[in-house]
Order: sequence, then structure tokens, then C-alpha cells
Amino acid sequence: MLKLENIAKDFGGLRVLNGVSFEISEGQIFGLIGPNGAGKTTVFNIISGLLKPSSGRIIFNKSDITNQPPHVVTEQGISRTFQNIRVFEDMSLLENILVGMHRLFSYSSVSMFFDLPKKKKEEKQLREKAMDILSIVHLTEKADLKAGGLSYGEQRKLELARALATEPKLLLIDEPAAGMNPAETEELMNEIKLINKNGYTICLIEHDMKVIMGICGYVAVMNFGEIIAEGSPEEIRKEKLVIEAYLGKDEKSA
Amino acid sequence: MEKFQRGKGNGLTDLITSFWQTYNTLIYTIFVHGMLALSIYITLACGQLSLGNAAFMGIGAYTSALLTMKMNAPFGLSLIAGGMMPAAVALIIGIPTLRLSGVYLAMATLGFGEVVRVAFLNMSITGGSLGLNGVPLKTELWHLVLVIGIFIYFFIRLRDSRFGRILEAINEDEVVASVMGIKTTYFKVWAFTIGAFIAGVAGGLNAHFTFFISPREYGFEPAVDILTFAILGGTRTLWGPLAGSTVLTTLPELFRFLGPYRLAVNGLILLLVVLYLPNGIVSKETFKNIKKIFNGSGCLN
Repeated sequence: MLKLENIAKDFGGLRVLNGVSFEISEGQIFGLIGPNGAGKTTVFNIISGLLKPSSGRIIFNKSDITNQPPHVVTEQGISRTFQNIRVFEDMSLLENILVGMHRLFSYSSVSMFFDLPKKKKEEKQLREKAMDILSIVHLTEKADLKAGGLSYGEQRKLELARALATEPKLLLIDEPAAGMNPAETEELMNEIKLINKNGYTICLIEHDMKVIMGICGYVAVMNFGEIIAEGSPEEIRKEKLVIEAYLGKDEKSA
Repeated sequence: MEKFQRGKGNGLTDLITSFWQTYNTLIYTIFVHGMLALSIYITLACGQLSLGNAAFMGIGAYTSALLTMKMNAPFGLSLIAGGMMPAAVALIIGIPTLRLSGVYLAMATLGFGEVVRVAFLNMSITGGSLGLNGVPLKTELWHLVLVIGIFIYFFIRLRDSRFGRILEAINEDEVVASVMGIKTTYFKVWAFTIGAFIAGVAGGLNAHFTFFISPREYGFEPAVDILTFAILGGTRTLWGPLAGSTVLTTLPELFRFLGPYRLAVNGLILLLVVLYLPNGIVSKETFKNIKKIFNGSGCLN
């Protein structure tokens, strides 16, 4: 479904990504892990079009999306969340979702100006749909509150729902469990599994190994801008390079 | 005695008549400034600081004045043309400049304003530095009320629509908006163009009651004044800029006794508002507080 071919990225003289290649197949929950600074978020930024790769290609559903601007990537069916939460704080939860759904609105500016039935009907229908999306992350009761007033974990969930509202085929989720307590994390894992079951392919950056081991079907490990290992969670757990990357090398064996 | 008869012997009517004769220009100006404040509000609503609205007002003023003076065009038509002309210009300059943001966009639009002013100064059709003299007096109070009413209605409709939400999203976080699939530049150009249209219509209405227009009315100073209306009033709701423009237009009249110092009062008030009401005199909380007071619960907490 999504294929990265030899992606490299330089910031000035600093090479932050070097020959990154991996493939996500449809229906997967794909985990991207690695120590801080390994380049995981940079990979997301490049896929979503916020950064341009220095070299390499990105193929999504057989079309080349390398160097496409973010809104085109989203139209193609890739949506994402952010590591540092970025909800529209001054808007209500419902409005946040409606912004994500903006492409589904078809009424004209004339309908808007005269408040014609077409506009009213469409707004009503899509508001109901937005409520359905909010219900996936269990936030319907707070629909009319300002997003800025939510707790950390709730904002992350709202961001997830907002990304879903763009009707993606592939969902990139950047550290969803960061700042969540164990109970919230548990609920989040179930929600992600449910989203996946509903037909969304998911690519997940996460530090919480419990989440990765619990829900990912396939994992790629990054360190210093390169993919150092990939495979099923069980295989990865045993991989020597991965253990080294996370825990450091054993002095005797080094 | 004659005067009283005209007022049907009613002292109140007479008072109103003399008040109107003294202050009609001020009241007209309040409406025009209100429109200008709205014209910058829509660009601020999507987070863009544009200082080109005085120039757009100028383009609208000259366009509609020239149409009524030289072509004898009907007033309504020349007003619409006075809005369309700056809107077209905004569309052309908006596409490259709205890729800029923050202070860079402010600089670019300021530069554009200067170009427009110098053009007015040097073109023969605009009368050069002498400006245009003898613009027919066509603007009446009901025109102003009707036009500003339409603009306010538009902004109210905008608030709960797709377009309004998109502008707000761009204002809050442009990067996230683009990741939501929003063509941010496209919508910013639209906001800019609508702002230019509103400023142009305001310019046209203004030209048809001041009798005389000249390039200096559309230079740097009015550009900053327009921004001040919005900052003082608050940019989070459409009522903020309207309140700001009304206050700043009325105060110099109230403080007329201070003579040349009266403009300093404006500066002082602006300073106090920025210091103590950083969101302007009308913010979203204002309405909540008013509601609370009416519900009788808010005053104490």
C-alpha cells in the first residue's frame, strides 16, 4: 500500500535519514520504533508532505506522492496525528472534526449566504456523522466543549478522531500513548484495534513497548536515521541490534 | 420662528435636525470605518496580517468616483465596480504574497500600498496630487446602513459554515490545516480578496460623501488606523472590529476641547487596552460575561 524507496533527508550538512525503505501492506498495524532522535517523526513528515526528501521515492497505492504538498497527500488518503498535540484549541471538539471533514461539504457560497435548505441539511447530516466519529474515541459527551480544555489523553484521542474524519486509507499515528496513564493506554489500544478492524491501515510510532507488542503485526526499528531491523514483534524482541540500540552495548561483548 | 415651524414646533425634532447637521459626516464616517474594520477582520480571522486595505479602499474610491463622474454610471453600479476592482487586484497580488506569512506579509502589503499611493499621485486620470474634486454627493445614510448590514450578515453566516471553520483552522494552526487536506493558500487568497472588496465598497461610499478624494487618504497612516480598529476592538468576533472603529472614530469628537492633544487620547486608550484587555474590548468571553450578568450569577464570581 505504502512503499518508501531509499528515502534520504539532509538538514544542511546533517544527514538525518539514510536509505530508509519499508513497505506497509493493506490492513496492517505497522509499528515504527526506535530511540529518540532516530528520525521516526521525520519519516512521518516526509510521507505527509510537510518535508521534502533529499532523495528517494514514496509510492502510495501505485501513485508517486513524493514531493506532493500536504493537502494532496491527504486527498490521496493518508492522514496523521502529531507527536506534540496539535488540536484546534479554540474550537469545539465537534468543529475540530468538521474541519477534518471539510471535503465532504458540497454546498455553495450562495447556499451559505442565504442559509438555504441544502446548507442546513448538509450541516445537520455531517454534524451527525462527526458525532459518530467522536464516539469511536468516546468523546461524544464533550462535543461542544473547547478542545483546549481537554486533558492530555483526550486531546490525543481527539486528534486521532480528527485524522479519521479526513477519510484516510492509511493513518499515521505519532506516539499516541505519550502522556497517558495505563488505563487510558489500555483504552487507546482497543480503540486503535477497532479502527484497524474497520478497514484502516495504521502506521504507529510509539515508545511504549506494551502498545507495540500488543497491537502491531509488523515492526520496523530505526536508529540514527536507518532501518536496523524489521519483522514481527517477537522477532524484533530477540534481535541483538535492537537491544543494543535501546539498552546500549554490553561492555564485554563490545 | 421659521425654524420651529419646519420642525413642526417640536423641540426634540429640532434638536435632532441640528445634531444631524453637525454630526452627519461623523456618523457617515463611523459606518465607513466599520466596513474598513470588517475588511481587515476577515484576513485577521485566518491569521494573516495585511496592511493593504487602505490601498484597496483607495482603488475602490477612485474607481467608483471616476465611473460616476466621467461615465455617469448609476451609483449602485459604480459601488459594485468599486468593490470588484480592488478584489481583482487582490486576487492577482494575493497569489504570490499569501505564501508569505506574519511580518513578511505585512511588509509586502505595506509596499503594495505605497505603490498604489504613488500610482494615484502620478496618473493623470486620478488627478495626481490634487486628487479628484467634485465627486457627486450620492451617499445617503440608508445606503451605509444597508451595505454594512449585508456585510455583517455575511460574517454571521460565515461563522457556522465550512468556509468559516476553514479560516479559523488556518488561523489556529496552518500546518495542521494543510494536513487536514485544506488548500491553505487558496482560502487565504479568498479571504484577502473578500477583504479588498469590502474595503473598496467602503472607499466608494466614502468618496461619494466627502466630495473630494486625494492619494494621501489611502497611504500608510490610514492603513495603520484600520489595523488599530481591529486590534482595539478585538479580532476574535466580528463585533470587536466594529466596536473598535466606532470608539476610535467618535473619541476625537468627544475630546475636541483638548484641541491638538485629542489624538494623543486615542494613543493612550490604545495603550491601555493593549495592556489590560489584550484580546480587545470585545472578546468571546464578553458575551459569556454579559449572559452571566443577565442570569444574575456572574457578578460575584
